[in-house]
Amino acid sequence: MTAVKEVGMVAHYGEMLFIVGPSGSGKTTLLSMISGILRPNAGKVLVKGEDIWALTTDRLAEFRLSTIGFVFQDYHLFPRLTTAENVAIPLILKQKNWNESIAEARKYLEIVGLKDRGETLPVKLSGGEQQRVAIARAIIGGPEILIMDEPTASLDGDTGRMIIAFVKEKVLNEKRCILIVTHDARINEYADRILNMEDGHLTNAVKGNE
Amino acid sequence: MKHLGILRIGFKLLINDKAKFSALLIGITFAVFLMMQMTAMFAGILNRAFSTVTNIGASMWIMDPAVNTASSAIPLPNYLLDAVRSMDGVLHAVPIFMGSAMVKLDSGVYQSANVVGLDDASLLGRPNLEQGNIQDIYADKAFVVVHDAEYPKLESPVIGGGFELNDHHGRIVGIARVAANGLNGVPTLYTTYSRAIEYIPTTRFTISYVLVELKTVDAIATVKAAVARLGYVALTRDEFNQRISNFYVYRTGIGTNILLMTVISFIVGLSISGQTFFTFILENLEKFGALKAIGAKGRDLVYMILFMATFTALTGYGLGIGLVTLMISIARYRLPNYAAMITFGNMGLAFGMVLLIAGISSYIGIRKVLKIEPFDIFRG
Repeated sequence: MTAVKEVGMVAHYGEMLFIVGPSGSGKTTLLSMISGILRPNAGKVLVKGEDIWALTTDRLAEFRLSTIGFVFQDYHLFPRLTTAENVAIPLILKQKNWNESIAEARKYLEIVGLKDRGETLPVKLSGGEQQRVAIARAIIGGPEILIMDEPTASLDGDTGRMIIAFVKEKVLNEKRCILIVTHDARINEYADRILNMEDGHLTNAVKGNE
Repeated sequence: MKHLGILRIGFKLLINDKAKFSALLIGITFAVFLMMQMTAMFAGILNRAFSTVTNIGASMWIMDPAVNTASSAIPLPNYLLDAVRSMDGVLHAVPIFMGSAMVKLDSGVYQSANVVGLDDASLLGRPNLEQGNIQDIYADKAFVVVHDAEYPKLESPVIGGGFELNDHHGRIVGIARVAANGLNGVPTLYTTYSRAIEYIPTTRFTISYVLVELKTVDAIATVKAAVARLGYVALTRDEFNQRISNFYVYRTGIGTNILLMTVISFIVGLSISGQTFFTFILENLEKFGALKAIGAKGRDLVYMILFMATFTALTGYGLGIGLVTLMISIARYRLPNYAAMITFGNMGLAFGMVLLIAGISSYIGIRKVLKIEPFDIFRG
């Protein structure tokens, strides 16, 4: 079964792009192919003109580490690591010094409004706070593409809107593109462009140009 | 170090999960404790079994081919002694007597004892004396008692103390210290060869072993061949120990039992730690998948898991060694004759087994982690 068929799309720096559609429509599969974690059977994913799926496994991992920031639906924070340690993971994977990575992580926790929670374990944080920690972890490596999978799925309406507003205001910039897969129509107002997906096809642009 | 950061993440993941880390440590510590205890007991038994060879210290022993242990000597004819003395490469050859007898103590109690009769002329194999003078062994009725764990069984005799041995009166003229305690749990008395065969009823032949010192080590093969032509066996000290060891390992069942217990201990340790480590990996599987999605390479995760398993294994190994040392020390304190000893050999064996446990546990975990696709994390 083919989850995504004949999809062509372009994302631009400085834009917040939403991909919406019913469950099973292929949104997450598309996002996975764009972010270099699911190899397409055919076609290309070009980032700055380079086909990422032509890279070796190790180079692809390096590409993800340097270019992509992930905010997973369930955050996937390590419950046994402090929030600062969780945020520092991308820098540690880049083999940066531990203490410098933690210091940098604290700066990013401050950016996401969790200045004094560096030593706290994730389980002691609220859902919104955990989402902010996940965002801090996603952006600490300075990625050009931020991928957010159902970022508001586990949050109440107000917190969800607050998080997306925060991302748009503080995280989005002219050197970064944010791709969000969501079911949540309440946050559509923050999108620069919304693409609709059904049965593996991009059908029409709900907002902006396809 | 390149991967220090990822190893530190692994370390924190491991030790911060206190319940799992404790279970892993308990599993490995318990396995090491059991493996060490079993092999230490066996090493202790062998050490005791070697005690006669160790304490006498001769470099070559001549014996009947049927002899398996030092205590089961088969008497040798006197002509063998003369023949050996005339062999090329032999510096000197002396007889030694080894027997046992019932000793009647001053209190009227009978106690069995080993009696070692040393060559009258050379006293080859004599023990070091704590008290007394070795020359006094030539005095009338003279015996030297060994001050080992069995010494109190002779009611802790002092110099000048007496006893009866087969209706002969004996007198303590010295108290000796030897390198190793005996296996049979009976006290040991040294005297001259001539007095020993006078006090203890013997067969027609009275020489238990012929002890040989060679002119050079090159003469070993020549002497062994010459002795073999006479129908007897000449063994170096190490060869005799090996023969004793082989007897206990292969012909008494002790070796098989110890081996079985060691293997069972290994399986218990592997089961507990392997299972717990696997559960630990399963619980963190999504997180490992997230790490892969973020950009961790497969080898980063392999290093992390190997480090976690090795760290746990080595910590458990250290605790296990500590525990078994403590247990043996306590046992020795309460039972001075307790036959268990920790050797580099059995520590090495346990270390190898623990590394194997770590390796197998890691392999299971690594397989699982390398299989997880980051896409699975997205899919939820």
